[in-house]
Amino acid sequence: MAEKDVIIGLEVHVQLNRLRSKLFCGCSTDYHASDPNTHTCPVCLGLPGTLPVVNRRAVEYAIRVALALNCDIQGETLFYRKNYYYPDLPKAFQITQYDFPLGLGGSILIKGEDGEEKKIRITRVHMEEDPGRLVHAGTIDRAKYSMVDYNRCGMSLLEVVTEPDLRSPKEARSFLDKLRNILEYLDVFDGDLEGAMRIDSNISLTGGERAEVKNISSHKGVEKALAYEITRQRSARRRGVAQVQETRHYDELRGITVSIRTKEEAHDYRYFPEPDLVPMRIADWVPKVEAELPELPDAKRERFVAQYAIADDHARSLTSEIRVANFYEVVAKRAPPRLAAVWIADVLKGELNYRDVTIDRFSSHQMVEILDMIEKGKITEKAAVEVIRTILDHSGDPSVVDPVAVVEAKGLARAEDDAVKAAVRAAVEESAQAVADYRAGNEKAINFIVGVVMKKTRGRADPGEANRLVKEALDGI
Amino acid sequence: MLRELKEGLAAGASAEEVVSAIFEKIKRSRLNAYNCLSEESALERAKNFDKKPWGGLLAGVPIAIKSSISTKGIETNCSSRILSGYIPPYDAHVIERLKEEGAIIIGKTNMDEFAMGTSTETSCLGPTRNPWDTDRVPGGSSGGSAAAVAAGEAPAALGSDTGGSIRCPASFCGIVGIKPTYGLVSRYGLVSYANSLEQIGPLALTVEDAALVLDVIAGHDPRDSTSAEQDRVFLPHTERYLPSLTNGVKGLTLGVPEEYFGEGVDPEVEKAVWDAISKLEDLGAAWKMVSLPHTKYALAAYYIIAMSEASSNLARFDGLRYGLRLGADQDWHTTFSEIRAAGFGPEVKRRILLGTYALSAGYYGRYYLKALKVRTLIKEDFERALSAGGADLLVTPTMPFPAFKIGERIEDPLSLYMADVFTVPINLAGVPAISVPCGFAGGLPIGLQIIGRHFDEASILRAAKAYEDATPYHEAVPKEVV
Repeated sequence: MAEKDVIIGLEVHVQLNRLRSKLFCGCSTDYHASDPNTHTCPVCLGLPGTLPVVNRRAVEYAIRVALALNCDIQGETLFYRKNYYYPDLPKAFQITQYDFPLGLGGSILIKGEDGEEKKIRITRVHMEEDPGRLVHAGTIDRAKYSMVDYNRCGMSLLEVVTEPDLRSPKEARSFLDKLRNILEYLDVFDGDLEGAMRIDSNISLTGGERAEVKNISSHKGVEKALAYEITRQRSARRRGVAQVQETRHYDELRGITVSIRTKEEAHDYRYFPEPDLVPMRIADWVPKVEAELPELPDAKRERFVAQYAIADDHARSLTSEIRVANFYEVVAKRAPPRLAAVWIADVLKGELNYRDVTIDRFSSHQMVEILDMIEKGKITEKAAVEVIRTILDHSGDPSVVDPVAVVEAKGLARAEDDAVKAAVRAAVEESAQAVADYRAGNEKAINFIVGVVMKKTRGRADPGEANRLVKEALDGI
Repeated sequence: MLRELKEGLAAGASAEEVVSAIFEKIKRSRLNAYNCLSEESALERAKNFDKKPWGGLLAGVPIAIKSSISTKGIETNCSSRILSGYIPPYDAHVIERLKEEGAIIIGKTNMDEFAMGTSTETSCLGPTRNPWDTDRVPGGSSGGSAAAVAAGEAPAALGSDTGGSIRCPASFCGIVGIKPTYGLVSRYGLVSYANSLEQIGPLALTVEDAALVLDVIAGHDPRDSTSAEQDRVFLPHTERYLPSLTNGVKGLTLGVPEEYFGEGVDPEVEKAVWDAISKLEDLGAAWKMVSLPHTKYALAAYYIIAMSEASSNLARFDGLRYGLRLGADQDWHTTFSEIRAAGFGPEVKRRILLGTYALSAGYYGRYYLKALKVRTLIKEDFERALSAGGADLLVTPTMPFPAFKIGERIEDPLSLYMADVFTVPINLAGVPAISVPCGFAGGLPIGLQIIGRHFDEASILRAAKAYEDATPYHEAVPKEVV
């Protein structure tokens, strides 16, 4: 729940992993399935004498994001060096932005704790290069040695910094979900790839110093770490221990945060303008990027409501992921849009979430066929859910692809009227006590008989229809 | 001289014999001009050339390369222990160009460690000696390249110039050296000391030779973002500087900056430079006094900028991926600290520490930002002096004095830094300059510095060539040449 004294701001590192080459060299970004140190060159390894060259496409992507986050794009932008020693940083400085970042002063809307739209202000958006990755031989505190993989080194990162506008861990999570959604809409980002998003959270209680919880990669992890921090800071305050400005590490296994360093130990990064790069006048690029900006989630939601006459909640659910929104639009062209909205937003998404899989597991063609069978009364709603589950549970099995075949194979077709009528007759005969109760004025007793009918038809009867037939049978006698 | 060598090779002279003779000379030499030879690959390339000669502006011509310029397969150690054994997997842009034009790389020349020095005494491999007097320094930091060319141990060489590192040794060794306009020559592959100041350039016996090498290495390179776009320079594979040499100095106005004469300048140097100005006047140039009023701030601004950039550039040397390794590894922090402690010499450490300090929080504005402002003022000084209606070129001494003795100044860094007083403003302004021999003081060469507008190397070369044609100094041969 939103708590008035909780103040949260986020710094989100987003890897622009839909780019084909790295930020300052021509190395391929497609390294996730490759051996370590196979996607490197003299430039991203920082060999003596090499120089960076800005990937213009990366700048375009960054402008795209900054525009979508409603930032002011700066006329001229500049790279700086951030100097520090770490083995994953082969030049011993990171090329990043400092003064004159690409975008300033943006905002995005999230659904706040009270269910109302809430505006979260974005302080700045800037570009930087990703360092390499350390792999420890064992756990970080016990490892005898560590290895470095420079495949990631030089990947384009965007840092998105918010104002301290978030008031609860849940709001932080909805911000991250919304940000990811926007990034995927922009086609600059694939959130499923490892290390795609890394989040630093600043959290404080009113009147106290802030703690920065560094480098969490999952939205759920951020929510949990922040919840832990609130409890920790509150209990410290109750005990009269003042929070000091510090950096903390989130231990995902134990679900706790641990202090790494205090303000006094903070680095002096000795920022200065990167002399190997020249200032970029990006003002001239903006109109073209703006013109090519795709429809964003909020706009798409409004359009869905207007165009397909569906409920706002359904539209919000459908547009919360670009792949689902695209899926819906394909289905809605070939099936009744409102029926499709209900089945995709309420049923299919739930089944996908339950299995923790994406909508790529399901085809729009399958959805259209299922909706068609529902609409024509060939299957009951219950059976339709069963079809969806069966297909998802047999993903990859070519014999379980076609919904019509699934209905046939599992005998899920709606029972013919005669069969239902026969089941009703049998049920009435077998349920003497329930019949007596009904006749004595207990209307609810009819539910028992309907249950027997459903059992006899193995669920293929429509419950409403069965209810009507049982009532007819009883009243007619 | 390169022309005669090229004509000889074209007429059938053996490149292998030329290259072998050079290696013999290098091996007999006491100068310590080289820190690494590529004898095997050079001889092989020479043999191949003899079998099937190729074309190109430098077809079959042997050339020496400063150790700070990356050469694929040849150790590039910047005369620093920390890079001992480092063999680059790639060629610098200028090396690619030299190879494309048919040159033969014979070795890497000694230098001040990471180009930090004015005497080549800070090399971890010991000082290079001046061929005119082996008790004296050859200048620096490209001292190995200059000594090699002066002593006939290389027909021509590449150096790099961050604050005078080509012009100073050219002046001390009595040869020609060019610091091109910032952005004319790609820095891709040059191990950075101070990125915003330095350029690669030629060292050669004559103006014509230097112009020929400059023709080869100048031009746009997309791998260097500070490399000037094509329309500002010239297309590769065309000769642009050589044809401009014969234009003479008639119609040119020379500016003589008042701040570059007087206190601290050896009287013999001052006299030689004024004689040169008279000679140029005789040849048809006009001259007038000009002022570069911010000259007195140049040294301070230069050293702050250079050391700040250096502190960041040199941070990558940790022995982890290449270079020096010591005994058994301990934890990362200890290991890299020990490697850096053992790998860098005292001058490099001094500059890293000073640069780190200048960039620190709280001092950045007081030092680095202020130095950048001074840099702008100095650039404006040059633009004003070289504006239309002003002077076309500026002429000054290259160095305030001739070569000093080995060991004479090395314990007093400030006096060494002061020696750069006439060369560093040119790097701060980014303009091009050449040093040509203009006389002797006590048997030691004196250099004349000619400075031009951005990307107007052609006018500098034109004046330098006219002066050279009218004077005998470039023909003098140092004692040490055997």
